[in-house]
Amino acid sequence: MGWGPWLLAGVVLAFLGLFLLVPVGLVIYTAFVTETGAPTLGHFANFFGQALLLESFWNSLYVALASVFFASLIAIPLAYLTVRFEFRGALLIQTLGVLPLIMPPFVGAVALQLIFGRSGSVNLLLNDWFGFTVPIMDGLVGVTFVESIHYFPFILLNLVAAMRNIDGAMEESAMNLGAKGWRLFWRVIFPLSLPGYLAGAALVFVKVFDDLGTPLVMGVTNMLAPQAYLRITSVGIEDPLGYVISVIMIVFSLLALWMAARMMKGKDYSTLQKGGNSLQRRQLRGWESVLAYGWVVFVLLVTLAPHIGILLMSFARVWSFSVLPDSYTLAHYATVFTDARLMIYNTLKYCLLAAGLDVLLGTAIAYLIYRTQLPARQWLDYLASIALAIPGLVLAIGYLRMFKGVNLPFTDTPVVTTWVLIMIAYAVRRLPYALRSCMAALQQVHISLEEAANSLGAGQIGTARRIMVPLMMGGILAGFVTSFITAAVELSATILLTSSQSQAPMSYGIYLFMQSIAGRGPGAALGVIAVAVVALGTYLSHRVIERSREPVRVATA
Amino acid sequence: MHLNKVSLEARGISLAYGSTEVLKNLDLKIEPGEFFALLGPSGSGKSTLLRLIAGFNQHQKGELLIDGKDITGTPPHLRNVGMVFQNYALWPHMSVWDNVAFGLVERREARDAIKRKVGEALALVGLQQFAQRRPSQLSGGQQQRVALARTIVIEPKLLLLDEPLSNLDKNLRVQMRDELKNLQRTLGLTTIFVTHDQEEAMTTADRMAVLDKGVLQQVGKAVELFDFPANRFVAGFVGTANLLEGQVRQVSAGGVDFDATGVGRLVLPAAAGQAPQAGPATLAFRPHSVDIRPRDAHVDALRNWLDGHVVSSEFLGETSRYRVKVGEALIVANQRHYAGRSLFQPGEEVRLGIESSQLRLLVQ
Repeated sequence: MGWGPWLLAGVVLAFLGLFLLVPVGLVIYTAFVTETGAPTLGHFANFFGQALLLESFWNSLYVALASVFFASLIAIPLAYLTVRFEFRGALLIQTLGVLPLIMPPFVGAVALQLIFGRSGSVNLLLNDWFGFTVPIMDGLVGVTFVESIHYFPFILLNLVAAMRNIDGAMEESAMNLGAKGWRLFWRVIFPLSLPGYLAGAALVFVKVFDDLGTPLVMGVTNMLAPQAYLRITSVGIEDPLGYVISVIMIVFSLLALWMAARMMKGKDYSTLQKGGNSLQRRQLRGWESVLAYGWVVFVLLVTLAPHIGILLMSFARVWSFSVLPDSYTLAHYATVFTDARLMIYNTLKYCLLAAGLDVLLGTAIAYLIYRTQLPARQWLDYLASIALAIPGLVLAIGYLRMFKGVNLPFTDTPVVTTWVLIMIAYAVRRLPYALRSCMAALQQVHISLEEAANSLGAGQIGTARRIMVPLMMGGILAGFVTSFITAAVELSATILLTSSQSQAPMSYGIYLFMQSIAGRGPGAALGVIAVAVVALGTYLSHRVIERSREPVRVATA
Repeated sequence: MHLNKVSLEARGISLAYGSTEVLKNLDLKIEPGEFFALLGPSGSGKSTLLRLIAGFNQHQKGELLIDGKDITGTPPHLRNVGMVFQNYALWPHMSVWDNVAFGLVERREARDAIKRKVGEALALVGLQQFAQRRPSQLSGGQQQRVALARTIVIEPKLLLLDEPLSNLDKNLRVQMRDELKNLQRTLGLTTIFVTHDQEEAMTTADRMAVLDKGVLQQVGKAVELFDFPANRFVAGFVGTANLLEGQVRQVSAGGVDFDATGVGRLVLPAAAGQAPQAGPATLAFRPHSVDIRPRDAHVDALRNWLDGHVVSSEFLGETSRYRVKVGEALIVANQRHYAGRSLFQPGEEVRLGIESSQLRLLVQ
């Protein structure tokens, strides 16, 4: 082993240190020291002494837990239906699994307001027909509603994957020993799929707990993330309470992920043997079929509501106190293409660069872990994965703190006003996803393919360039697209790091437009464009993954 | 294609992963142009030795010499040692042509030279018309040939084959075996191949080395190993053998007296070379040197005769294989079959005659 791997590891470590560990460490440090630098717990005492902040804390916890609960309520029946039954609607459910994810929740929130809000379409109809309304979009209930609809796919996808991996023989032997029906589900299938469920549930908890955009757009400020944002933007970067909130958010995210990891430890239940069968499927009986379709269609309608809403809104001349818009126009799109062209350009620029950076780092880390003997190389993976538990808001606060008063070398431009920081925040936050993708891709490349090149005369770099990277390309591309589409709709870091109109990306633009009644139309139009971009990206990455799955293996295997 | 014949020598090679010793103080010399087999069960260290020659593993002790030059520490891509992998390791993102050309491109050879050499290599394995295909569009045997062409096109000093036939089905295996042999004869390239299949090793290789638990057990021609196994392991691994534990009682000019535990006394002709010491030893003999007869048959003095009863019988066509309980031991006897010959039944009392000249005394 030459010095190459060491140098590569050094570059990766420097990046992670500078843009992840130091900023986050600084945030934590600041929460525990006084202005003069002496250690203190006073800020935390202060936090828990303020009624509003304490209330925000409980609200955030309540919304996150309630969202996990309702998301599970939606996802578990759907997962069970797909895996367990010969169900024509399985394709619908798959669509359901993706639809919400392609729309940022804060965009969906506005659209849902128009459909389920106090004077939205549904309540207007209900009021006309039955004389009552359902205040489902108000306050914390509203946030919970939006978040549940948006994030249930995380549970659905993980649970389906886990259930698909259960060997049919597990169930058959349980039946053979006398278990059936409800007891069979409760004693065998549920415990076997629990790890998958927990992974999904933990993710939902973290996402909801850290979400800034949704409560902000819905005007709910008595939650942790909005409080942190408001304090930093109104009181200033010196306000210690913003850091206290950040630390609490990090702690709860870590706690959720750690608990899920801990409960899953040693429980890799993917018992499916090579050539084994999955769980038996059976036909639905008549009334079961009605129930199943009923549920799927109901969820589909609710899930589609934000998409329909945003689409209608983008074409609506006026839409207020009516079930559907009164008249339609293309003017909003025209506005967007004249006023917001720069935003679209910025989004593409930041996200392409961030995704590129992610796959570079991801490939490098995967290479170091699987193809070198560097000591403690596994830690690169752990370090990069810390980003999963760091809310965008917290990372942004860390950057602002760290680069406060620092100018770009040889200029008078403060670092915090450059777009590069936004791009790097995107890259750091999406790195864990790209890394998973790259690591999975490299794992699939049989080592003998590289050894063959090596023995035919290709050195380390030649082998990586001509064999390893081309064979990983499918996974690299999938990682690239995932990073790109999730970064395109990221708001919480963006909102703090955007320092001027000229460097605002689309997500910030949508948020800005949505602030005023007049801007809602163009905001919605921009939202539709964002959704289209993300949908296209998602579709592409699926295609890439499907295509790359086969030929990456050794040809004979 | 111009290939130099080189020799390979291993001197006192040891390799360990942590506290697990994989190769223990191994000495081996392979002659120029030889077709040499490394034979052993899985975990014997045979593949490790092959990968060590290719440069993918590093030994901690000893020397590895090609034509007398120590190549320890030379990285794989500078060794010019060609290796064909068990799974062929063809690159799925390249055509057959690009696969074969890879090594030449790495060597920055001229475009014309590459074109000519790749064409020759593909012609040698009979795959000219498949040059533009992807590896996944080829059958197992064709993939094997591409892997071979890809390796020999760089005119390596040595050709290493890792279980070259294990991924092929049975008929193809025999055909590829002959092709490999012919190719090796044509090129005269020093070739080392790894296998766990003794039949494959015996039919293909000029000489072979038997490995077990990282230790070299015996080196020689197939017939030497078969007729004069050095120890119990080789006797049992190369062909089938009956092994009887016991004691050498007496050594005289007339012969060696062997007392097989739980079986009885057997007499061996006096050894031509060194006489065995009295003490514990193992007696080995092949099933086909055991004659099986009814209990009341007349016997001669050329054989050692033992009484027993049939435990099981298998009819294999050319022979019938019997397991016969003699005292405490179970002896396997093969009887040539011809039409009309009646088979012994389980439980039948029989008499076994073991040819004295075929008895081998193993002291280890």
